Amino acid sequence: MTSPDSQSSQGAEDQPLDLNRNFRDRRTLTSIALSTLTTVVTILACIPLFSVLAMLAWRGGKRLNWAIFTETPPTGFETGGGFGNAIMGTLVMVGIAAVMSVPFGILAAIFLAELGPKSKTATVVRFCIKVLSGFPSILAGVFVYATIVLAMGYSAFAGSIALSVLMLPIVVLTAEEAMKMVPARMKEAAAGMGCTRTQVVWKIVLPTALPGMLTGVMLAVARAAGETAPLLFTAMSSPQYWIFEDGKLKLDEPASSLAVLIFNLSSSPYDNLLELAWAAALVLVLIVLFFNIVGQVLSRRKFKT
Amino acid sequence: MNSAHSSAPKNSQPSSAEEGSSSHSVAVPPSSLDLWTNFLFRGACQLFAWLTIALLAFIVILLVVKAKAAVEDYGLGLLIGTTWNPNSDPPKYGILPQIWGTLYSSLLALGIAGFFGISIAIYLTQDFLPTWLEWLFKNIIELLAAIPSVVYGLWGIFVVIPFIKPACNWLHESFGWFPLFSTSLIGPGMFPATLVLAIMILPTVTAVSRDALVSVPTKIREAAFGLGATRWEVILKVILPTAGTGIFGALVLGLGRALGETMALAMLVGSSNKLSWSLFSPADTLAALLANNFNEAGEVEVGVLLYAALVLMAITLSVNMAGTALVRRALANLEGTK
Repeated sequence: MTSPDSQSSQGAEDQPLDLNRNFRDRRTLTSIALSTLTTVVTILACIPLFSVLAMLAWRGGKRLNWAIFTETPPTGFETGGGFGNAIMGTLVMVGIAAVMSVPFGILAAIFLAELGPKSKTATVVRFCIKVLSGFPSILAGVFVYATIVLAMGYSAFAGSIALSVLMLPIVVLTAEEAMKMVPARMKEAAAGMGCTRTQVVWKIVLPTALPGMLTGVMLAVARAAGETAPLLFTAMSSPQYWIFEDGKLKLDEPASSLAVLIFNLSSSPYDNLLELAWAAALVLVLIVLFFNIVGQVLSRRKFKT
Repeated sequence: MNSAHSSAPKNSQPSSAEEGSSSHSVAVPPSSLDLWTNFLFRGACQLFAWLTIALLAFIVILLVVKAKAAVEDYGLGLLIGTTWNPNSDPPKYGILPQIWGTLYSSLLALGIAGFFGISIAIYLTQDFLPTWLEWLFKNIIELLAAIPSVVYGLWGIFVVIPFIKPACNWLHESFGWFPLFSTSLIGPGMFPATLVLAIMILPTVTAVSRDALVSVPTKIREAAFGLGATRWEVILKVILPTAGTGIFGALVLGLGRALGETMALAMLVGSSNKLSWSLFSPADTLAALLANNFNEAGEVEVGVLLYAALVLMAITLSVNMAGTALVRRALANLEGTK
C-alpha cells in the first residue's frame, strides 16, 4: 500500500495535503472500473434465472391445461396427453422418502444438538453428514441399484430410498442448527425443575425449534422433488398410473416421476412430446419453488420470536 | 417438574409418583416411567446417530465390494483405456475420456463460477448497495440453486446451445488453429455443458464466499479506510487476503458439486468417448456415463460402471472433505478476532 506517498507526491511539498479525491487519479479510476465490473457481473448472473423462468412460462405455460394433470404420456405420433402419473409418482415417492428420512434425521439431530454435542460420536456423525451432503446424487442411485434393485427389481420404493439418502443430511444439518438456537436458559430452567433430558427435548427444545426444523424438511423435500439421477435406475419410469391398482398402493413396481419424464422427453423428436416436457418442467419448478417458499416463510417466523 | 403448579393439593403427590409428569402435582423427582422413557429415547437418538455413520460406511463398503470384481479384472487399465465397447469380443472398457471430461468440465465451470461468484459476493457484502437490494440479489442467486438440474438441462438444449452456436462456430472458423476452438459446435458439447454447470454451482460459490467475506472483522476494514485506502484497495489488499482461506474453501466446495453433477451434463455434454482439448467437441463425464448406460448395461458392464462410480466417489469425497476442512479452518482462524 503506497497510498500516503502517492497522495503527497501530487501536491507541492510546502502546500497542505490535498484530501480531495482526484477523478483522474489512477487509484480512483481503478476503483470506479472495478465497481462497474462487479455491478455488470452481478446483473449478468441474474439473467439465467430470468431466462429459465421466462422459457418455462412461455413454452410450458402454452401447454398448461387440465389434461396434463390427469392423462398419461402419449406416444410419438399422438397429440394431447399429460403426465398425471408422473406428478403422482413424484409426490408419492418424495412423501415416502420424507417419512423415512425425517424421523431418522431429527432423532440423529437431537443427539447432535442436545444429548452429546461434544462427544466423539457427534464429531464423527457431523463429519459423515457433511460428506453425505456433498455426495453426488447419482451415487445414491448406484447404491440403491446395487442393494435393492439387483435383488428386487425396479420399484417406486427403491426410488424413495435413494431420495431419502439425499434428504437425510439436509434434515440433520438444519434440525441441528434450529435446536442450537433454542436459548440455553430455557433448557436450564426446565432441567432445574427436575425434567429428564427427554422431557427437556420434547417440551422445550422441539416445540421451540419446530419452525426451523420444518424449514429444513421443506428444503429437503424441494431438493428431492427435483432430483433425477437417483431415480433413473431405481424407480425408472412407467407409462401407467402405477399406484392404485385394485385400490392398493403398488410400491413394488417401476414408477414415473416428473424429473425422469422430462429427461426422457427432452431427447424426443416430436413437438408434442417436447411441449409436454416443458409443461412438466414448469409443474416441477412450481412444486419445488412452492416448498422453498414455504420453507423461507417458516424460517422468517423463527427469527421474529 | 411443574413447580409452577406447586399450589396443587398435596394429596395428589402419591399418585404423581406413578404418573410422573401429571401437570397438577408439585415438583417431584422423575418417576421410574420417566427414567425408562428417558433411557429409551436417549438410546434411540444415539442409535440413529450411529446409523448415519453406518449408512455412509455401508454405502462406501458396498460400492467397493460390488466393484471389486471389475477392479480385479480390469485393474488400473480401465482408468487409462479410451474405448468403450460393450459389444466387441471381449468387451472393451476404458474411462479415461470420462475422467478427463469430468475434471475438464468441472475446472472450467469453476473458473467461470469462481470469477462470477467471488465478484458477486464482494458486491453484496461491501456496502455497494442498499440493504434491500443486497437482499434481493442474494435471493435471486439462491433461487438459481432451487431450479432442478434436469430443468437446466432442458433449458440448455433449447436455449443455451442455439444461443451460443453462432459465436462458437465463428470462433472455430477464425481461430481454428487454437486447440480450444479446434472443432465446430454441432449441438451438445463441452462448452454449453460447462456454462450450465457454472450457473448451477454459482450459488454454492457465492454463498460460501459471502460467509467468508462477512466474517472478516469490521475493524480491519475500518482501519484500512482510515489510512486513506480506496474501496477497492481495501477489498483487494485487506479483505480478500483475510478471507482467502474461506474463499478457497468455497471454490473447492463448488468444485465438489460440479464433479458430481449429473443430469445437466448427461443432457448437454454429448456423451461421446473423445479425449479433446476442444471446448466445442462433444465429450463425456463419469456421472453422465453412469446416467446414460446403467439401465441397458449387462452384468459385466454394470461391474465396470460400479468401478467408475467408485472412481467418481473417490474424487468427489476427497474434494468435498478438503473444502469442508478449509472452510472450517478459515472460520476458526477468524474466531475471536471480531
